[in-house]
Amino acid sequence: MSIKPIFEKGAPGRKAYSLPDIDVPEVEINKLIPSQFLNDGFINLPEVSEVELIRHFTRLSQLNFGVDMGFYPLGSCTMKYNPKVNEEAAKLSGLMNSHPLQSENLSQGALKLMYELEAFLKEIGGLDSVSLQPAAGAHGELAGMLVVRAYHEANGNPRKKVLIPDSAHGTNPASAALAGYDIVVIKSSKDGLVDIDELKRAVDTDCAAVMLTNPNTIGLFEKDIFFISKVIHDAGALLYMDGANLNALLDITRPGDMGFDIVHFNLHKTFSTPHGGGGPGSGPIGVVEKLSPFIPVPIIEKGGDKYYLDYNRPHSIGSIHGFYGNFGVLVRAYTYIRRLGAKGLKEVSRNAILNANYIKKRLEGIYYLPNQGMCMHECVFSAKFQKAKGVHAWDISKRLQDYGFHPPTVNFPLIVDEAIMIEPTETEARETLDKFCDAMIAIAKEVETDPEIVKNAPHTRVVKRLDEAQAVKKPNLRWQKNLSNTIKNP
Amino acid sequence: MEYIPNTPEDQREMLKAIGVSSIEDLLRDIPVEVRLKKDLNLPEPLSELELLKEMKNLSSMNANTEDFISFLGAGAYDHFIPSVVSHVLSRSEFYTAYTPYQAEMSQGFLQTIYEYQTMICELTGMEVANASMYDGASAMAEAALMGTRITKREEIIISSAVNPRYRKVLDTYLRGLKYPVKNIKWDNGITDIEKLSMVISDKTAVVVIQNPNFFGSLEDVAAIIELAHRHGAVAIIVADPIALGILKTAGELGADIVVGEGQPLGIPLNFGGPYLGFFAARMEHIRKMPGRIVGATTDKDGNVGYCLTFQTREQHIKRERATSNICTNEDLVALAATVYMAAMGKHGLRDVANLCLQKMSYAKNKIRELKGYTIPFSAPTFKEFVVKTTVPSEKIQERLYSEKIIGGLNLGTYYPELKDHILLSVTEKRSRQDIERLIQCLSQVAGNVN
Repeated sequence: MSIKPIFEKGAPGRKAYSLPDIDVPEVEINKLIPSQFLNDGFINLPEVSEVELIRHFTRLSQLNFGVDMGFYPLGSCTMKYNPKVNEEAAKLSGLMNSHPLQSENLSQGALKLMYELEAFLKEIGGLDSVSLQPAAGAHGELAGMLVVRAYHEANGNPRKKVLIPDSAHGTNPASAALAGYDIVVIKSSKDGLVDIDELKRAVDTDCAAVMLTNPNTIGLFEKDIFFISKVIHDAGALLYMDGANLNALLDITRPGDMGFDIVHFNLHKTFSTPHGGGGPGSGPIGVVEKLSPFIPVPIIEKGGDKYYLDYNRPHSIGSIHGFYGNFGVLVRAYTYIRRLGAKGLKEVSRNAILNANYIKKRLEGIYYLPNQGMCMHECVFSAKFQKAKGVHAWDISKRLQDYGFHPPTVNFPLIVDEAIMIEPTETEARETLDKFCDAMIAIAKEVETDPEIVKNAPHTRVVKRLDEAQAVKKPNLRWQKNLSNTIKNP
Repeated sequence: MEYIPNTPEDQREMLKAIGVSSIEDLLRDIPVEVRLKKDLNLPEPLSELELLKEMKNLSSMNANTEDFISFLGAGAYDHFIPSVVSHVLSRSEFYTAYTPYQAEMSQGFLQTIYEYQTMICELTGMEVANASMYDGASAMAEAALMGTRITKREEIIISSAVNPRYRKVLDTYLRGLKYPVKNIKWDNGITDIEKLSMVISDKTAVVVIQNPNFFGSLEDVAAIIELAHRHGAVAIIVADPIALGILKTAGELGADIVVGEGQPLGIPLNFGGPYLGFFAARMEHIRKMPGRIVGATTDKDGNVGYCLTFQTREQHIKRERATSNICTNEDLVALAATVYMAAMGKHGLRDVANLCLQKMSYAKNKIRELKGYTIPFSAPTFKEFVVKTTVPSEKIQERLYSEKIIGGLNLGTYYPELKDHILLSVTEKRSRQDIERLIQCLSQVAGNVN
């Protein structure tokens, strides 16, 4: 049963707030602000009581699905469990109710936390400097690409192009373009790895950087990474790592040790902070020594016993966030790293990889596996067998909803036809993986015996499959009084 | 480890099923020369009990607005947050979900974003809003870029009365594209329209102002929009959402894009983030907009449902030709703002705005009467205002700290010409008694006879 928009609830005169009376002598508003600046006295917002408000949003929450409700193997997104102690830490008053511009003397706790988190990420990444400023992965990519430009400009030539494999996340080319670079797409080899010959051909003195994801979006480790980094560095270009898949590498290898010059960390993936239905995330960047002067300000420094915000970095690309990035997310990531320590982090990636390989083994043969060998923290199948019966990866994802699982990422990476990208993470138990595999196998059988049930899925959610084309053709992007009547209400 | 269910027995069984003998066998594609050959140098793990103690210790090293009386704003505000906001946000069906790519399983979040978009449109007087940007600063930078796409021009004109931190972020965003930026000087605390009219030309892509501006003063928004339009430029207004409780919307005044910091709408100060960039525009420009957008549609039975829409603008489809690189945004923060706006409703936002205005006005007049302090700008202000001091502003701040008052922003940090000027913010949370305490301290430090 759908839920009516909040604008169709309540009644005139109802309210869900209380405020103190005005305790200073009141002056008419138009005596304080010229009347031509003033509105006519009301804003078209809901009029609901507190109980109506709470029921509305509680009911809406029940139409949503999060990691706390069940398995969420959305590939590339690392939907691991979000520990509750992180949430408690973020709610502490000194962390939640502190103003970003209050003096440094009054902010030593926050600055210490940031200083130490910078140090943790340097150690985990094998890098020399970290800036916590970017608010999400793509924001980190933009910062990183601007660092690339600043570095090359300092050397006299910003260079023109950035090389990106065809398996990359869409944010990579979008971020490099925003930094003013032309994009050259590098085709992947038939093994799903960077095609070294292609790369060698494309790398020249116009090449500013190469953006790689390792393990890549097929879930494979770029095993020639050492050689790749040599080829790129010999041409004077920089090597950028999209850290979306860092959950495969903790305590196993480090971006810096592989030859990467810049990496962005997705704290909302690898470091367990909740994804918030699409943010807030956090995307700090780490760099090697020669790029340190260029990273976004402020950096947290320590002089004597005192922590301070260092803006005095003349070569920095500048600020990329209004204040210091998503501090509340930093608190959660810091809490996670302190809970786990090196010993705990060691278990994270190894179990993530074990879980992914277990799923891969169980589904092999039932779904087409484009790349053999071991996978890292995620495995990518193709619905090629099912496509022959007229069923697509998209249909399978919809049918999985009926089995109570959030579907994997589908139709990405673009280089795999009908891709199904499964990332179980380390926080899932074997029984959960088994139940998920059982569902995938059952769906594959349905494709053989009753494909329509898959093609028309989901059958059990609050709505059936939605007409996404209509949403563009007849845009309805905000509630308006009469508009809701044009759509049949349930 | 409580976050990892696999026991050694589980691991053995799984390895056996895979057909290898150890986890190490699964790592064989990773060349030995890049393998980590030492233990990570990190602090020893802490149990939950020890960890919370440690975190409380860090927390106690920070001042907070529960223990201090704050008159500091300058882009982040100490507004009251109704209890309902944090209670809705703590629903883990919401906060442990991700981007609603699978619409049928994410109807709850999608509907809240649809409601959020509606409320932002109502608040700004615009026709379409996106699902959020990182913060006010990045929303403004993205708005400027959108303006260059709309006009196919490059020159960006921005008032120097716009938050200086936002202007820095704009500069960073433009480092690669190299679009020229011209700053317009302010006069008497508001944008100098005469200077603007001399600088603007038919090459100008966008004109950006903030209202109320960084000094808390109200701009002549209508005149500036008219001037921008006369030259075919896009007018971008950076708005304070609380002020919109009483002010005419920028949409009504003809703005093309309205952005701003949504933090005042029920978001804790969080030492600067996560915050919320709200972003609204005219429908005719929707295909030039950055960010996610949710639309209502129907399922095959004709039932109403919600999904992400106009996705062909976005990076996962358009890649380097996308309108923005943004992917993960601030949806949970947008949900907080939605709950806040629903709670305050038709009348509450006006009540909050009026409380801010009355208290600000009271404080401003009281300070005006003090020896050693002047109010340098005569333009009307909303919840912030500038005070010029005869005593060095650092000394004043120190004194206020000792009284557990956070006393506002020293403007000299951002505007060298405004040394010994303080920007004070007064929200609905400040009682008359709080204001009297501030006045008393200011009076004492300037040597007023009390």
